[in-house]
Amino acid sequence: MKDHIVLRVVAKFVLPFILLFGMYVQMHGEITPGGGFQSGVVIACAFILYGLIYGLHAAQRVFPRWLCLRLSALGLLLYAGVGVATLMNGGELLNYSVLADSQTSGQHLGIWLIELGVCLTVANVMVLIYYGFASHKMRIR
Amino acid sequence: MTSDFAALPIFLPLLAAPICVILSRFGKTAWVISMMVTWAVAAMCLFSFAEVYASGEPLKYHMGGWAPPIGIELHIDLLAASMLVLVSSIAAITMPYFFRSVNDEIAREQQPFFYAAFLMCLAGLLGIISTHDAFNLYVFLEISSLASYMLIAMGRDRRALAAAFQYLMLGTIGATMILIGIGFLYLTTGTLNMSDIATRIDVLAPNRAIIAAFAFFAIGLVMKVALFPLHVWLPNAYAYAPSAVSPFLAAVGTKVALYAVLRITYSVFGHEFSFGGMHLSLIFTALAVPAILIGSVVAIFETNLKRMLAFSSVAQVGYITLGIGLASQTGLSASLLQIFNHAMTKSALFLALGAMTLRLGSNVTVHNIRGLGKRMPLTAFAFVLAGLGLIGMPFTGGFVSKWYLMKATLDGGWWLLTILIAISSIFAVIYIWRVVEAMYFGRLSAQSETIREAPPSMLVPIWLLTFCVILLGFFGNEAVEISQRIADQLMPSPSLPDPFSFDPPILNGEMP
Amino acid sequence: MELMTHYPYWMAIVLMMTGFYTVMATSNLVKKLIGLSMFQTSVMLFYVSASKVKFGVAPVMTEGATVYSNPLPHVLMLTAIVVGLATLAVGLAIVVRIRGAYGTVEEDEIIALDRDQSSGGRNDE
Repeated sequence: MKDHIVLRVVAKFVLPFILLFGMYVQMHGEITPGGGFQSGVVIACAFILYGLIYGLHAAQRVFPRWLCLRLSALGLLLYAGVGVATLMNGGELLNYSVLADSQTSGQHLGIWLIELGVCLTVANVMVLIYYGFASHKMRIR
Repeated sequence: MTSDFAALPIFLPLLAAPICVILSRFGKTAWVISMMVTWAVAAMCLFSFAEVYASGEPLKYHMGGWAPPIGIELHIDLLAASMLVLVSSIAAITMPYFFRSVNDEIAREQQPFFYAAFLMCLAGLLGIISTHDAFNLYVFLEISSLASYMLIAMGRDRRALAAAFQYLMLGTIGATMILIGIGFLYLTTGTLNMSDIATRIDVLAPNRAIIAAFAFFAIGLVMKVALFPLHVWLPNAYAYAPSAVSPFLAAVGTKVALYAVLRITYSVFGHEFSFGGMHLSLIFTALAVPAILIGSVVAIFETNLKRMLAFSSVAQVGYITLGIGLASQTGLSASLLQIFNHAMTKSALFLALGAMTLRLGSNVTVHNIRGLGKRMPLTAFAFVLAGLGLIGMPFTGGFVSKWYLMKATLDGGWWLLTILIAISSIFAVIYIWRVVEAMYFGRLSAQSETIREAPPSMLVPIWLLTFCVILLGFFGNEAVEISQRIADQLMPSPSLPDPFSFDPPILNGEMP
Repeated sequence: MELMTHYPYWMAIVLMMTGFYTVMATSNLVKKLIGLSMFQTSVMLFYVSASKVKFGVAPVMTEGATVYSNPLPHVLMLTAIVVGLATLAVGLAIVVRIRGAYGTVEEDEIIALDRDQSSGGRNDE
């Protein structure tokens, strides 16, 4: 789709706004509808749009496949790491209150961290799914 | 009492799975990590079981520090503790086996993801057993199911893909039915904690929504258990899965779903409502009979040996649901014994077949294995012993469970069912004898002359599990005592007055 | 009449049965997955429509609101949406691999190819 100049220009214009909106949804998950999963999908949409317009090779140059794999695992590790941190601080598993001084700030920190982990994992998995379906690696056995 | 060892068996594999993915450049690291994790998990589950058995009190754990009924609770009583030990020890014992088998059957780039999926499946199964929250049950059920779809789809044969797709379709419909059931329960009782739901159902006015909830749960769980009409996904899925995955899934996959059946019917809905009012006794017994017959008869005519064992699994699940459907304490303890026995024998049998697949290089059929008794003596003998455990020879675990099952059917006055159990044991003799005859009395073909014995990393798990089967036969008394304690905890009265009546469902003495 | 006050539940049932029929009736694997997705979506509709409390506002803290709708089913359905998405992704990945291995995504053709392989093909089943 590189040849369609309208799509190319509009995509380049719109991509930063998509990413910004994804960040907004991530950070404001407690006040407006949002959170980890939704923002992850929106952020992945930006990368998938880039891949659709400019081709799979360009997208994989920007965001290589091995990076997607590692980052998605890192997101899950972040979530599990918060669980380990709560265990080490003496509380039960995923009891965020023990992460900071007071209960509210502990819960705030814990939820913020796990939402970040969820966003990382979901965004990278969506991009990986797109990479998997878009690459022509099918052989007829 | 509370203990961290309740949550750690679920959490540790979830922590190790992304580590396997991150370190995926280094080939064997994933296997080493999985080995350490499964052994640690098995040790923790054994420790929990010892604690629960010694004290008689269940282990409770409040996830996130939120007290139930608002928070998610992990509640490990004797039934859950013994299932935890079963699942985790089978995972730990078969781990050394994975080394050669996965190396042989799965492409090198995919191996770390295979181990990650295996660890997620293990975490999901352990979660189903430990949890005491209805929606959490659904979440862990889906985690383990999705992981098992992926594991099955990694099989070498292209039919593994079609089998995984069929399993995905049917499994997701079953899980969605369970979700609808959970929805009805939540909307009528207002809580998701299982014991809280049980208390609130008791005082609730008779309600059609609860009957509908039970019906949806029953259908979804029957799908997951692979009881007779909804068993069609099982033969293909177990036959074409990788040789390392079949033992684990065949041994524990349906057993954990059976645990969910026990938990839902006994702890949430109560056994009078489930077996008496909702006629689950009738349904389970009526479905178990064709399951046993069809499973055994079709297994006799199968040439692909893994499919044969898969159909035999359908028959064994029929035995277990027959025991549950009798709605008596003896029947319940018989089915618990059969759960343990079947898990160990089926995994030993599948492991032996996997070792033969490794050496033969292709799928094992009745024709392929001619004469293998001379070239692979230890593997073949393990197959024979485990097969005897499947049939129910004395001095194996199968004898204890079938004896108790027959005792339960005779107690209920069902002598026809007792004859059925005896006849199907004869069918089991037939299909095991076919394999034994081919292995020991068949003539070795030319290309099989160079086959060596299975490697030690495979022989040790096979023989450990076979040894456990024989051990269950010798220590039958202890096993029976534990299963009777569990049956006593689940079901206070020895049997229901009239579980096989045709009266409409009654809740709290009134019709809805 | 109950039809008008309970119309979300009727819609959920219609959607559920449409999805279920699609899973059973069509032989194209991708269409089956779409039917499965519809089936799961109907359950989400059922939960969320049952969580609405009379005169309740959306379950976000606002000034001047005293009655909120029940937020718990919303949270449960977030999880269910993710589960449905993961199922769809795994299913589509398997369909892509099936297309590569069999050359078709029609179920009856796949069954025919399997039958040819096991009966007429090699001894290895």
